[in-house]
Amino acid sequence: MKRLINKTPGLRGRWLLGLLPFALLLALYLGASDVRLEANPNDKLLPSIEQMGAAMHNLAFEPSKRNGDYLFWVDTASSLQRLLLGVAIAALIGLVLGLLTGALPLVTAGVSPLLTVVSLVPPLALLPILFIVVGLGEVSKVALIAIGITPFIARDILRRTQEIPAQQLIKAQTLGANSAQTIVRVLLPQILPRLIDAVRLSLGSGWLFLIAAEAIAATDGLGYRIFLVRRYLSMDIILPYVAWITLLAFVLDQLLARANDWLFPWHKAGHES
Amino acid sequence: MIEARNLWKNYGDTQVLERLNMTVAEGEFVTLVGASGCGKSTFLKLLLGVEAPSRGELLLDGQPIPDEPGPDRGIVFQQYSVFPHMTVLDNVVAARAFQKPGVSGFLFGAAKRDAIDEAKSLLEQVGLSHALDRYPHQLSGGMRQRLAIAQALLGKPRILLLDEPFGALDPGIRADMHELVLKLWRDYKLTVFMVTHDIKEGFHLGTRLWVFDKLRHDPHAPNAYGARITYDIPVGQRDDVTLEALDNDALTQRNHP
Repeated sequence: MKRLINKTPGLRGRWLLGLLPFALLLALYLGASDVRLEANPNDKLLPSIEQMGAAMHNLAFEPSKRNGDYLFWVDTASSLQRLLLGVAIAALIGLVLGLLTGALPLVTAGVSPLLTVVSLVPPLALLPILFIVVGLGEVSKVALIAIGITPFIARDILRRTQEIPAQQLIKAQTLGANSAQTIVRVLLPQILPRLIDAVRLSLGSGWLFLIAAEAIAATDGLGYRIFLVRRYLSMDIILPYVAWITLLAFVLDQLLARANDWLFPWHKAGHES
Repeated sequence: MIEARNLWKNYGDTQVLERLNMTVAEGEFVTLVGASGCGKSTFLKLLLGVEAPSRGELLLDGQPIPDEPGPDRGIVFQQYSVFPHMTVLDNVVAARAFQKPGVSGFLFGAAKRDAIDEAKSLLEQVGLSHALDRYPHQLSGGMRQRLAIAQALLGKPRILLLDEPFGALDPGIRADMHELVLKLWRDYKLTVFMVTHDIKEGFHLGTRLWVFDKLRHDPHAPNAYGARITYDIPVGQRDDVTLEALDNDALTQRNHP
């Protein structure tokens, strides 16, 4: 009899074991929903699949009575635009800041302590300031996301830059490279895949800031919608929206992971060279 | 060409090298052997300019060695010597681009075509012309070191520093690499400093072999004294007495670490 720590599932076993918890959760929900609806057909807490489907059909495929928009898609587009814009800005600033700070000891000495302190400021606590300074428009929401994750990305890139073996920098110098050439050709390309990794890790916080900002001040967006319909206990909308947000987050994460493998084939394989 | 005058190096309380005096002429092939932690690699770092002497002087053509790495001194490390994100060809072409002024380190147009042609012929010399488009992680250890050497030579260094370059290679591949290094040393009229753990390798390759060892030893404070060059053997002189003395030294070292 093999020890438990040596037992590994096969390919089919892995799929089966992986899907099992999902199936269990789903069954648990459906069972509970049935029981509640049986007792009270107007129960709003655990809507059935049909109820959720009907609610989503209304939002996604029927024009809104008020302004003719397809609310679900408008919400999705607004939220994605804010999220991607905020994350892109954060990635760009984080990359430049982290790379320069990691590559140049003089900048490290000047910026690193500030970065450490700034990264400890809770971004949500800055939201009122943003609303006061830039108003309630799109800028404040994008800015919150950018401000929230830039310090994380910058610090991560800073550390990754310093992790690149000193031998490579020395080698570049013995070949005659100046500081700029070393940064552009030796450090930057090796940092880019790590930037994508950092963005993947920070997307979770990005969603958090997005939904928080939308909940407080917005007229559309996925976060706005679920906080709006909360007043009517519309679980039939909230639950599908949450699932949709999760799906979007999953797809974004996978896209970035694939992009990393595709753009930087040398990244995963060779750290020993 | 290179001269050390009463050279000392310590890191805090740890004395690594002490009272080093020597001169090396252009074109010599010096191999450095000795126990781990005896300052061989530190000496290489001093030549490279990434470490500065604590006391004394290390001179290149009568001037102190510049305090940062430069194109006159090429280097091959045991690992991390090539750029993992560039193909074999790019690794060499980039080396050419680094010699031009500019901020990007990229070449364009005719300069790029020339560099590619030159890189191809150099890679042919080191036997890598079949692997131009591969990334370093797709190469064997021996091929990777060939690439590192080709790259180092492109800087047209006067001095080539080798820090245990073949330490991780199989014996058969090592022999090939020895031939390559000797050929390039003669062709490019280099002055070579090579750190090795393998005393046979040291004898085989060098024109001169240095043994680094601590002459004074305090068992209660093993870091109190630094290493010196205890043997400076012109190779060719491989008589029994010298070899026996070296063997005895190695033995006593093993018994009294």
